[in-house]
Amino acid sequence: MSEQRVGVYVCHCGHNIAGTVDVEHVAEWSANLPNVVISRDNKFMCASTGQEQIEEDIKEFDLTHVVVASCSPHMHEKTFRNACARAGLNPYLFEMANIREHASWVHASDKDGATNKAKSLVSAAVHRVIHQEPLQPMQVDIRPETLVVGGGIAGIQTALEIADAGYHVYLVEREPSIGGHMAMFDKTFPTLDCSACILTPKMFDAGSHPHITLLSYSEVEQVDGYVGNFTVRVRRKARHVDEDLCTGCGSCWEKCPIKVIDTVFEAGLGSRKAIYRPFPQAVPKYPIIDVENCTYYKSGKCRMCEKVCPTEAIRFDQEDEILEVEVGNIVLATGFQLFDPRRIPNYGYGRLENVFTNLEFERLSNAAGPTEGKIVLRDGVTEPESVAIVHCVGSRDKNYNSHCSAICCMASLKFAHLVMEKTGAKVYNFYIDMRSISKGYEEFYHRIMEEGASFIRGKVSEITDAAHTPEEEGKLILVCEDTLIGRPRRVPVDMVILSAGLEPRADAQEVGYMFGAGCGDTGFFTERHPKLDPVATVTEGVFIAGACQGAKDIPDSVAQGAAAAARVLATISKKQVNLEPVRAEIDESRCSGCRICNNMCPYHAIDFIEADGVSRVNPALCKGCGTCVAACPSQVINGAHFTFDQLIAEIDGIMVDVTAGALEVV
Amino acid sequence: MKAAEKSTLFDRVVKATPGGEALAQCLQCGSCGGSCPSAVDMDHSPRALFAMINAGMEDEVLGSNTPWYCVSCYACTTRCPQNIPITDIMYTLKQMAVQRGHYDHPHAIKFSETFIGFVEQRGRGFEFGLATRYHLFHRPKQFLQPTQVFKMGAMGANMMRRQRLPVRPVSIREIDQLQAILAKAKVVAAKEMQA
Amino acid sequence: MSQKTYTYYPGCSLQHGNHAYEVSNRAVAKALGFELAEIDDWNCCGATEYFSLNRLPAYALVARNLARAADGGATEVVAPCSACFLNLYKTDKHMKLYPKLNDQVNEALGAGNLSYKPGTLKVRHLLEMIITDVGFDMLKDRTRRPLYGLNFAPYYGCLIARPDNVLDSTEQPTLMDQMIEVLGAKATDFHLKTFCCGGHMTQISEETAYGMIHRIIKNAVDSGADAIVTICPMCQMNLDVYQGYANDMFGTKYEIPVMFFTQVIGLALGLSPRELGFGQEFVNMSGLIDKIQSSPPPKAKAARRPKEALPMPVMPE
Repeated sequence: MSEQRVGVYVCHCGHNIAGTVDVEHVAEWSANLPNVVISRDNKFMCASTGQEQIEEDIKEFDLTHVVVASCSPHMHEKTFRNACARAGLNPYLFEMANIREHASWVHASDKDGATNKAKSLVSAAVHRVIHQEPLQPMQVDIRPETLVVGGGIAGIQTALEIADAGYHVYLVEREPSIGGHMAMFDKTFPTLDCSACILTPKMFDAGSHPHITLLSYSEVEQVDGYVGNFTVRVRRKARHVDEDLCTGCGSCWEKCPIKVIDTVFEAGLGSRKAIYRPFPQAVPKYPIIDVENCTYYKSGKCRMCEKVCPTEAIRFDQEDEILEVEVGNIVLATGFQLFDPRRIPNYGYGRLENVFTNLEFERLSNAAGPTEGKIVLRDGVTEPESVAIVHCVGSRDKNYNSHCSAICCMASLKFAHLVMEKTGAKVYNFYIDMRSISKGYEEFYHRIMEEGASFIRGKVSEITDAAHTPEEEGKLILVCEDTLIGRPRRVPVDMVILSAGLEPRADAQEVGYMFGAGCGDTGFFTERHPKLDPVATVTEGVFIAGACQGAKDIPDSVAQGAAAAARVLATISKKQVNLEPVRAEIDESRCSGCRICNNMCPYHAIDFIEADGVSRVNPALCKGCGTCVAACPSQVINGAHFTFDQLIAEIDGIMVDVTAGALEVV
Repeated sequence: MKAAEKSTLFDRVVKATPGGEALAQCLQCGSCGGSCPSAVDMDHSPRALFAMINAGMEDEVLGSNTPWYCVSCYACTTRCPQNIPITDIMYTLKQMAVQRGHYDHPHAIKFSETFIGFVEQRGRGFEFGLATRYHLFHRPKQFLQPTQVFKMGAMGANMMRRQRLPVRPVSIREIDQLQAILAKAKVVAAKEMQA
Repeated sequence: MSQKTYTYYPGCSLQHGNHAYEVSNRAVAKALGFELAEIDDWNCCGATEYFSLNRLPAYALVARNLARAADGGATEVVAPCSACFLNLYKTDKHMKLYPKLNDQVNEALGAGNLSYKPGTLKVRHLLEMIITDVGFDMLKDRTRRPLYGLNFAPYYGCLIARPDNVLDSTEQPTLMDQMIEVLGAKATDFHLKTFCCGGHMTQISEETAYGMIHRIIKNAVDSGADAIVTICPMCQMNLDVYQGYANDMFGTKYEIPVMFFTQVIGLALGLSPRELGFGQEFVNMSGLIDKIQSSPPPKAKAARRPKEALPMPVMPE
C-alpha cells in the first residue's frame, strides 16, 4: 500500500455542533491520528467555502482519503462525495462521522462527554477510511412505463401528468371505480366548489387516456425487480361482467331484486343493488356483481341481470385474472382510512342515532346522496335545529392517533357552513386549536364566524342522552369544559357530526413491505427526507403521493401527485440511473454451494447457479444490506464498502482512548 | 437551570407524582374538566390548575379547592389525550397543600385525617367513630344546626337499626407491626422531602 | 371446577356497614364451590384518604397486605370492594413501574420484618374473578331460579373500569351486563354505568355528592331498571343510603333498590334472601322476588324503523 494521506474536516454547523462539542479541540486532536496530514475546523462545511477547502486540500496535500465530521450522511454525504469527485478523488474514498445527531444533539447537557464521543467517532472514521476502495456506480436502463397504485385524486393526478408527457401508466385501483374519497364529498373547502364537478373530468380523462391502462377492481399481489425494471403481478378481480360488451346502460341494476346497504360509497347511509355501479359518474362505467349478496351465488336462481342485459354481457363464471406488467417506476397513492369513532364509546356513535361521522354527513349533504342533499336526522325527515361539530375525533390523542389529521378544522368549518345554509340550525364547533394554515383557509374561518357559527374551545368529553335538566330531555348533550371560560358546559343539540381523523390504511404495513416503503411511528409511509425529498422512499424507483404519506387535504395531495410524476419523468428522460455500488459479492472459488444465503436475501438477489454449483449475487437487485455477509458460514461474501477490514478498523478506531494524553504528539 | 435557583412548582409536582413527566405535554384541551363529575364545584378546572402550575402560581394552586373536590374516579386520567396521571397529580397537590398548611378545604382534610387516625391506631377503619368524631369536632357549626342534628341522628339510627353501624371498633392482631411500618415510611418520606 | 381457594381481602366496609355484601359473597362462594380465605391479620387499605395526605405511608399500608398474602404463599388476591381492589392493584403496579418507590416501600416494610416483590400477586376484583374463573356456562348451569322479568341497571362505578381497563372497556363495559342476562334477567341500556357515585363526597360536600347520586339513580330508572346492581360497598352505600337525601334535594321520589352483584347471583342460584343478607338495605329489595316470572317474558320486538329512516351504522359482530 502506498502512503495514505487523510484530510479531516470538523464542522461547527453554526451552534448545532459547536454549542456542545469543542470543535477546535476535536480538530487539533485529530491532527495526531495516524495518516492524518491536515485537520481543520470550519463553520459550515456544507457551504461552498467548506467544499472548496476540501477540493483545494486534495490537490495541495495530495490527499488519498477524506473524513468530514458533521451531520448525518443522509444530509450531506452526497455533497462531500461530489466535492471529492470534483477534485479527482473517487467519492468512495470519503467517510463521514456524524457528530451532530450522534453527539451534540443527544448529549446537549454533557459537553465533555459529547466532545469525547465526537473524538471517538472521528477516530473511527480515520481508521476506517484508509481501507476504503474506489468504487464505480452501476448504470441500469429505465423502462418508460410506470405503475400507479391507488386511483384517488393523488393517483389520478400522478397518472395524468405522466401520461400527458407521453409515457404509459398502469393505474391500479382496488375499488370498482376510481375517484377515492374525493368522489364521495359534497363541497370542498375553502372555495366550496362541488367536489364531483372538479373531480369527474379528471376521472374521465384518466379512464379514456390513450397512455393509461386503467386496472380497476384490481390489486397488486407481488413486486419483483429493481428501479428501472420492476415486474408487478396484478390480480384483476372478476366483475362478472364482460367489459367489451357492457354499455353501462343500467338495466341490470334497475331490475336486480337485491338491495344492499352501501357501506363504502354511501358510508352506510344509502343502498345499492347486488349488481351495481358505485355512483353515476363511476369510471369505468361497468357494474360489478357483489358475489356475497347475489341470489344466484347463494341458490343458483334469479339470473335477472342476465335476462335483462341487452348485450349479453353478464358472466357468472368469470374468474379472477392475473396480469404481469413491467414498469420502471412505481408511485404509491393508496390514501387513508377514516378513524372508526366506535373506538371512543363515550361519543356514542352507533348507539346514539343522531351522532354522524363526517363521511356520513358528506353523503347527507350531497345532492346525489341518499337524502338528495337534505340535512336530516336519522329518522330521515326531521331537520335539526341545532348541530354540534366535534373536531379532533381520534386525532391528537395518544389513546388513538397522536397526529393531527390536518383536514378536520377546515372540513368542520365547511360542515358548519352547509348546515347553516341548508337548515338555518344553530351550529357549535368544539375545537382544541383552530388550524387554518393554507391559502384562503384563515379567511374561510373568518367567513364562517361571520355567518354565525359558535366556537367552543374544549375537547368534548362525552356525548350522552342522559338528561340532567328538563331542557336536555330528548337531546344529545355534549359535555366539555369551555376552556376560554374555565367552566364545565353541557350543550344540548339535535345532531352531532364527528370529524373523525385520517389514519393509515389498515394494510399499510404489508403494502409498504411489498413495495419496499417503510412506515413511520404514525403508520403512514415514510418519505426519504421530511423536507427535501417528500415523495421519494428509501427504495429507488418507488415514490409516494397523497394521504398515504401523511394526513393531507386535496390541494396538497394533488401537489404531491404532480411532484411524484415529475420525479418519475426525470428518471425516464435520463433513460438510465446510477445505482450505489454498495453491493455484496461472493467469492465463487470458495463458495461451498450451501445456498443458506439464497433464502436469507430479502430482495431475492442471490441465485444458485446449478452448472457451477455456487451462488451468485445479481448486483442490480442487491441493496447492500449485508444479511448474506453475516449469514455465510464460509465467510466468503464480501460487502463492498462494508468489508471486514473496514469494519474491524472502524472498531479499532473507536477503541482509541480519547481522554488520556489527548493533545500529546504521538 | 442555574444552581442557585429554587426548583419550580412545576418541577416539584412532576417529581412527586409517579409518571408525572407527562404534565409537560398538557394540550390545555379541557377533557379533564369536561370529564370531571365534580368540576362544577371546583374553583379552577384541573386544566386551569395545570396552566397555573406552569405559571408558578403557588399560592393560588395550593390554596385551590380543586384537588379536594376530586373524587378519584379517574375519568379524567383515562380520557386525557396526553396520558397525564391527573388523579395522581391531585393527590400530590393535596399532600403539598397539607405540608404547607395552606389549603382551602378543611372538611376534606379533617375527614381524611380522622379516617387515618383510626387506621393508624387500630389498623382498620371505624365508621361510627369516624362519623361522630369528624362531624362533632370538625364540622360542629354545620352539625349542630337543629335540622342537621336531626337528619344525621335519624340517619345514624337508621343505619344502626339495619346493623350497618357497629359501635365497637375492631383492631388487627399485629398492630405493632403495622405501626412500625408506617413510622418507618414516614421517616423515609421525610428524608425524601429534605433531599 | 375443583374446589379452589382464593386469598381474599374483604376490606373494612364489609365488616361493618356493608356486611350484607360479605354474607352474600360467602353464600355464593359456597354454592359455586370455591373458598374465600382471608389474608391473615389484614389491615385497612387507606381508601382514598391516606394517599391524599402522605403518599409513602399510604403505599406501605397497602403493601403490608400484599406482603402478608405473598408470605402465605398466595399468587393472587381477590377483593370485592372496588376501592380496596384499586389500592392493592395500584400499589403492586407502581412498585413494579417505579424502582425507587419499590425500594422505599420495602424499606418501610422491613421495619415490620416484611418484604414484597411486586408482581408476585395478581390482584383481582371478585366480579372479574367470578366471570373469568367460574364463567357464564357454570353460572347458567347452576341457576335454579332464573330471574325472568327483572330488569337490572348494571352499575360498575369507577375503580374497576379505571384507570386500568380490567374488564372490557374503561367507558362502557359489558361483562356484568352479559352476566345479568345469563342469569335470566335483562340488563338495561344504562349509560351512566361508570359515572362516579361521589365516593366520600357525601361527608365533605353534600351538594356535590347528591347531584352525582341523583344523576345515576335518574338514569337507572329512566333505563327501565327495577334495581341497580353494584360491585362496590361505597357505591351501594351512596346510592342506597343517600337516595332519600338526593330525592329531597331534587324534589323527586325515586325508590330503586341497590343490590350487590353477588346478591343477584345468589337469587338466581336459588338462595334465600336471608342467606344473601337482605334487610340491611334502606330501599327495600325483597319486593323484587315477587317480580320474578316463571318464564322468560316475550322478547320485545325491535321497533321497526320507518321506511324513510336512514340506516344505523353497521356494528361489527
